[in-house]
Amino acid sequence: MWLIDSSIGRKVIMSVTGLFLVLFLIFHMSMNVTAIFSGETYNDICGFLGANWYALAGTMVLAAGVVLHIVFAFILSYRNYKARPIGYSTQKNQKEVELASQNMLVLGLIILLGLGLHLSHFWAKMQLPEILGTTPAYEGEFTNGAELIKITFSNLGICVGYIAWFFVIWFHLTHGIWSAFQSTGLDNKVWFPRLKMCANILSTIIFLGFTAVVVAGYLQSN
Amino acid sequence: MATDNTMKVNLKVWRQADSKAKGEFKLYENVETTPDTSFLETLDILNETLVEKGEEPIVFDHDCREGICGMCSLFINGHPHGPAQGATTCQLYMRRFKDGETITVEPWRSAAFPVIKDLMVNRNAFDQIQQAGGYVSFNCGGAQDANAIPISKVDADEAMDSATCIGCGACVAACKNGSAMLFVSAKVSQFALLPQGRVEAVKRVKSMVAKMDELGFGNCTNTRACEAECPKCISISNIARMNREFICAKFKD
Amino acid sequence: MAEINSKIPEGPVAEKWTNYKAHQKLVNPANKRKLDIIVVGTGLAGASAASTLAEMGFNILNFCIQDSPRRAHSIAAQGGINAAKNYQNDGDSVYRLFYDTVKGGDYRAREANVYRLAEVSANIIDQCVAQGVPFAREYGGLLANRSFGGAQVSRTFYAKGQTGQQLLLGAYSSLNRQIKAGKVKSFNRYEMHDIVMIDGRARGIIAKNLVTGKFERFAAHAVVLATGGYGNTYFLSTNAMGCNCSAAIAAFRKGAYMANPSYVQIHPTCIPVHGDKQSKLTLMSESLRNDGRIWVPKNIEDAKKLQRGEIKGSDIPEENRDYYLERRYPAFGNLVPRDVASRAAKERCDHGFGVNNTGLAVFLDFSEAINRLGIDVVRQRYGNLFDMYEEITDVNPGQFAKEINGVKYYNPMMIFPAIHYTMGGLWVDYELQTSVKGLFAIGECNFSDHGANRLGASALMQGLADGYFVLPYTIQNYLSDQITVPRFDPNSKEFMDAQAKCEKEQEALIKIKGKRSVDSIHKELGHIMWEYVGMGRTKESLETALKKLKELRQEFEKNLFVPGTVEEGMNVELDKAFHLRDFIIMGELIARDALSRNESCGGHFREEYQTEEGEAKRDDENYFYVGCWNYQGNDEKEPELIKEPLTYEAIKVQTRNYKS
Repeated sequence: MWLIDSSIGRKVIMSVTGLFLVLFLIFHMSMNVTAIFSGETYNDICGFLGANWYALAGTMVLAAGVVLHIVFAFILSYRNYKARPIGYSTQKNQKEVELASQNMLVLGLIILLGLGLHLSHFWAKMQLPEILGTTPAYEGEFTNGAELIKITFSNLGICVGYIAWFFVIWFHLTHGIWSAFQSTGLDNKVWFPRLKMCANILSTIIFLGFTAVVVAGYLQSN
Repeated sequence: MATDNTMKVNLKVWRQADSKAKGEFKLYENVETTPDTSFLETLDILNETLVEKGEEPIVFDHDCREGICGMCSLFINGHPHGPAQGATTCQLYMRRFKDGETITVEPWRSAAFPVIKDLMVNRNAFDQIQQAGGYVSFNCGGAQDANAIPISKVDADEAMDSATCIGCGACVAACKNGSAMLFVSAKVSQFALLPQGRVEAVKRVKSMVAKMDELGFGNCTNTRACEAECPKCISISNIARMNREFICAKFKD
Repeated sequence: MAEINSKIPEGPVAEKWTNYKAHQKLVNPANKRKLDIIVVGTGLAGASAASTLAEMGFNILNFCIQDSPRRAHSIAAQGGINAAKNYQNDGDSVYRLFYDTVKGGDYRAREANVYRLAEVSANIIDQCVAQGVPFAREYGGLLANRSFGGAQVSRTFYAKGQTGQQLLLGAYSSLNRQIKAGKVKSFNRYEMHDIVMIDGRARGIIAKNLVTGKFERFAAHAVVLATGGYGNTYFLSTNAMGCNCSAAIAAFRKGAYMANPSYVQIHPTCIPVHGDKQSKLTLMSESLRNDGRIWVPKNIEDAKKLQRGEIKGSDIPEENRDYYLERRYPAFGNLVPRDVASRAAKERCDHGFGVNNTGLAVFLDFSEAINRLGIDVVRQRYGNLFDMYEEITDVNPGQFAKEINGVKYYNPMMIFPAIHYTMGGLWVDYELQTSVKGLFAIGECNFSDHGANRLGASALMQGLADGYFVLPYTIQNYLSDQITVPRFDPNSKEFMDAQAKCEKEQEALIKIKGKRSVDSIHKELGHIMWEYVGMGRTKESLETALKKLKELRQEFEKNLFVPGTVEEGMNVELDKAFHLRDFIIMGELIARDALSRNESCGGHFREEYQTEEGEAKRDDENYFYVGCWNYQGNDEKEPELIKEPLTYEAIKVQTRNYKS
């Protein structure tokens, strides 16, 4: 299967899963932003995405995307490591080579770490107990997401941690988005600067959207 | 134009007796040269003094010394072909360096380019990739008139830009992943852009990429280091084109 | 005296090649598989011959000294390739290309060969386009042409400033296809040291694996040398560092005649020498002469100031500039053939008008072109050459410098002639076979097509013509009666003896353990050659050269130092010493041939033989022949001169005139 056993195929998997995750981020960010304006609307959306079959299916697909993205990142990194068994004593980069592009794996690992914390903060308190059928201790324990946001982000340390995490995601995306187009062949000399600009704008919007929710959560809870 | 001022540099050079030996850096201090002397000529000067002392001269690949044959390599101060962009090692002049500077010279590092001796590496992998499909299957003698197929100037110029690749391997040396994508894509692009090459385009891209993977080159992660260090400024848009060609080819299977 | 038979076919010159092909003997496909051919070299001639012969069905062993066939020095040719296509509708024809080449060669080429070259030139372009060579094109999609020195039509096809590279990569791609098909076995980093003779025919070679340092034996039914020219005899030249004449000298020692070695081309547009540590000279494409104007100051005072570095070229206004080529040759102006342009530069510098600190440079100026076309157009044409010049000299040509009396002046380039190409080489007959049976020579390695001077953009043409379209036919005439000859055993006595001889020679070089490095002796050789056998030669200078070369050979034999031992693997100094030994022999041959030729023609200029205006003066009565030198059994003995008389049927021999 060429997607698995050719270098370009593996990159296609990285790109497609990556772009899929970007789409998820856009959706997730848009949904979160509603919490700033109306906790009720937000809770309605949360309710819509509870333990229904379609929400579960979506979660599975999403998880598969994350896993594939990570597994292939490791496969690629291992092969890349093998391609240069002896390194250089000094290696410098020209100005065109961006920091993000050189450190995607590290950035990805940081994101993964943050993801663990994030899931424990929210998913473990909302969708997971629903799936497990845990009885809520009080009305809305698992469904009042808007409240959960306020509770979580009342802590300044958590807020700072989240914003730093968003920044890492931003950094990962500035390279990842245009790179996905390049790897799938949807790039050329004319579109290269445009794609780069689009990647920067999109990652910034995502960053700002998520950050706004955190800031709003902090402000509303204090 | 010619300058009388001399300069001295220290050269920290990788020495390795043969492919199996364990190499090490050796420092050669106060090599006298001039700003108008090329880097390779400075190595010549050092070699001349080594030979006078009865030591073995430093082995490095070089031939045309005008930046076109692609024979010279060398990883100088952290860059393939040295710090200057758009130039090969043989076109690197000492005025790029400071008097008294210590210059580190290493061979190119890639699993697919084993060291033969000192700074000389074996780039036969590139020939193998070309043999896998970097040609138009056409026997001498039966060609139609050269003007029978008009080719738009835009395509011809773009094909020419891709064909400018000198096969030196700087892209592999520069890439943190040791990927040969820029080299392979330049050849794939040249033929993909021309009607003569289109006929076999599907087969070509598949077999050249397969050969590249087989030889142990790394994967492209779009860091653009190859493009930035390429002495002929080959664009990574070639890589995008090859990706496109490859994916389309695979979907046709 | 050995006899000479050039095997020129019967009939009028325009029909000779057709007649030859119609009547030559061929080898049938089944028999081709039984025949092996060794091709030494992978430049335009070698790669095209190896791939074409393999396509036909022969088994090819192909050798190159570099790490890949693609590195051969054909790659460095910048300007273009000539072909009589007449795409520009400017009156070009096979005859006109033939005529220009013969005239450019100062009437010292073999007519029949040149006509064949002109005839197949058009096929070369077709072949290369079919291979996917990205030649420059017009907006309408058809091929573009440019003009070049020595011609009044635009017949030069080009691919940016990298025509040689693109053509070589085309041949290399065909070669790769045959390597993959198993019809060509490619040996990289191998160097031929000797030719193995069995019963008077070339039957194989001894080649050194440059990585292991060991000799290996290879047998075949025929051997083809495509090993390039001997320009590096002069130490500083535009040739690559690896270019050498050892294969040609090995053939010479086996009885192949060396023809016209004194015809050495000096290219007019090279970057001047900057110092004694320099390893090679860089050529700036001749195409620069299309828009660049060559000049020196009119007044000697200005020249003196330039030499002292007190003023710059752009400080000298139009009226004080001497565009000496336009002045002397109004019809061709800056586009006169290379030898004429080179000598004219030397003549000006000899009179003290040189423009740099060494007094050995002239200006090549683009001010007029920039004012006429704008810097963008000029940069589009020559930008990469300007950048290359700037990288080497730290001066940016085309940069605005000064306005004097309303005229804008831009930084000029400085150029000076340098050794570039060698028209002489192994003597071959019409079939490209040397005087040794079964040994062929193609490309720059042979002497055949350029006479005493080669026109620009003709070297690529000749290399590819020989490799794609001539040798693959003519070699069959030889091989047709070899089909019953079984493959030779590379372990036979002849091969073992030849290898033993090579090993002994190498050992001898290492064992000298003298005091001088290879390069120091090579530089001295270059100095002797440039000083006494260079652009202007005299009887005295040549006699001095021969005396000095003899001394130099003794110095080499007694005082050479090569580090290392015989047992060690790769030894770069030893390989260079091997080349130098043969460069010295070649130097003597050049000087000897120049001394014997009491006339001036093309690349060979004897100061005693010139017109009052300083033009070359030929002596067709006494020197209308190819001078072939025949080895006499050892290096000490003077080789014998054999003359192949030239006969011209189609062209009237006359004095070359580029004035009107």
